[in-house]
Amino acid sequence: MSTATVPEPTAPTADGEDRLNLRGAILPRFVPFAVAAGSVVVALLIYLLTPVDSEIQIVLMAALIFVVAMTAVSTSIEGSRRARDRFATTLVYGAFLLAVIPLVAVLASVIGKGAARLSPSFLTHSMNGIGARDSGGGIYHAIIGTVEQVLIASAIAVPFGLLVAIYLVEYGRGRISRTISFFVDVLTGLPSIIAGLFVLAFWILALGQGFSGFAGSLALVVLMIPTVVRSAEEMLKLVPNELREAGYALGVPKWRTILRVVVPTALPGIVTGVMLAVARVSGETAPVLLTVFGTNLINANPFSGEQSSLPLYIYSQAGQPQQFAIDRAWAAALVLIIIIMVLNLVARLFAGRSRLK
Amino acid sequence: MATRIEVTGLTAYYGKFKAVSDVNLTIEPKNVTAFIGPSGCGKSTVLRTLNRMHEVLPGARVEGRVLLDGEDLYGAGMDPVNVRRTVGMVFQRPNPFPTMSIYENVIAGLKLNGIRKKALLDERVEESLRGANLWDEVKDRLNRPGAGLSGGQQQRLCIARAIAVEPQVLLMDEPCSALDPISTLAIEDLINKLKSSFTIVIVTHNMQQASRVSDATAFFSLEKTGDPGRLVEFDKTSKIFTNPSEKRTEDYVSGRFG
Repeated sequence: MSTATVPEPTAPTADGEDRLNLRGAILPRFVPFAVAAGSVVVALLIYLLTPVDSEIQIVLMAALIFVVAMTAVSTSIEGSRRARDRFATTLVYGAFLLAVIPLVAVLASVIGKGAARLSPSFLTHSMNGIGARDSGGGIYHAIIGTVEQVLIASAIAVPFGLLVAIYLVEYGRGRISRTISFFVDVLTGLPSIIAGLFVLAFWILALGQGFSGFAGSLALVVLMIPTVVRSAEEMLKLVPNELREAGYALGVPKWRTILRVVVPTALPGIVTGVMLAVARVSGETAPVLLTVFGTNLINANPFSGEQSSLPLYIYSQAGQPQQFAIDRAWAAALVLIIIIMVLNLVARLFAGRSRLK
Repeated sequence: MATRIEVTGLTAYYGKFKAVSDVNLTIEPKNVTAFIGPSGCGKSTVLRTLNRMHEVLPGARVEGRVLLDGEDLYGAGMDPVNVRRTVGMVFQRPNPFPTMSIYENVIAGLKLNGIRKKALLDERVEESLRGANLWDEVKDRLNRPGAGLSGGQQQRLCIARAIAVEPQVLLMDEPCSALDPISTLAIEDLINKLKSSFTIVIVTHNMQQASRVSDATAFFSLEKTGDPGRLVEFDKTSKIFTNPSEKRTEDYVSGRFG
């Protein structure tokens, strides 16, 4: 019998051959920046020395040179795994920048061009008696119209959409539920002008109701419902089943469990979805054009007579050749963005208050 | 008063799959009854039939009778909501309501059923939390979220929530399997204390736990995967663990299960 021996630890040799190789060659921090600077320089040289004179092409070239050079440098020093990691990282950052650029550009241009024209009198006056060549006028009538139409549309579409989502998630089984789901999907892809045409044909022409803010709300309802249903459905599905069972096991009826446990748990997500739907319909022009018609006068009654709305106002002002009208359009666009943002903040505050601190 | 449960000819299905077949047993009042057995043998399913939680899953149904003090839970005109108020349940994983504070969690069952008197609710919160051995740990932070407690505390919060509606029977589905030994000990102490007022049925994978806390033990097993589970033996815990009459029970409790 031999006694088991613990193998002697091998003494580390001077050249480190037997040592575990846990360190890797890593590029110093400044290298990516240096490569980026180098790429820019090379791209600028190309700009100066060759007939290529498009700035966009030069920017793209600099980006491309950076990707290639960085990958090459990294492969030669750090090995292929890290090189691939750097390559993927570069692509992710690049995609992020690409996504943010239009957002920032839109905000900057709207604020830049709209802020100058914005004034208290712009917000508190209508276009009554203002011709396209006059510099005055305002968007009071359009703000009233948009706010009323969107609020009425939300008041109809949000409860309706929520109830549909609750049915689909909590009660729906089998064919009826699948059919409803299918039609909601179809509605999601409905072009907004079709919604406007539908209300125009049904409510205004067939029922003879006349143009009104309410007719516009009906068109917006058609557009809002699928968005609200889909987002609320996804959020309700995320609520763990254990919470429902915990409710039932306490002898709480199903409807009450849904109302007091399931919906509150999903509420922040539902609010986000609703706000996306509100933001979407607030900017709709086509359906409003066909149903609200537009006017230069103040009409605070959404149930009778033409109203205006911000998208409609922007559309009609931006279409005119005078600089005064175009300035008004930019300022109105800025106000529209601010209104959506304020609505969003209010909804989030409201949803946040119902949660625990 | 606590309640006797008589189960006769109970068979439970999930859709077409027969999960457990022909179970007969009697659970004595103010006793702790443990259900043990390998995974998939149907012990949790049987537990869930005792307060009609089984049928919550789509396609699940039950045949046979479950008598609670002589009344069939599955008889005509029985309201599952009322059944569940009488037979409370604690789940495997702690599931406090995430939108509610500790206080609101405890009274959830009462409040969701329309009891609003502040004095009564306050009293019941303290009583239930004391009953669940949690009061001293949380009395200063009743308005903090229930989800902020540790796993063991959350499970005791769930027990407090279950006993706050004053059920007759308390069902526990592996209440300690997600907990560390210290929290497990706390729950086991609690079970010993609660059995003076409730009839308790506990499903457990831990045979030491079954032998420590229960008065009677039911051993479930199944021949092979896909077969329905069956009740193999039901007797006093001391007999099941020292001198079982069935060979299969002996193999299982001695760790020789094949």
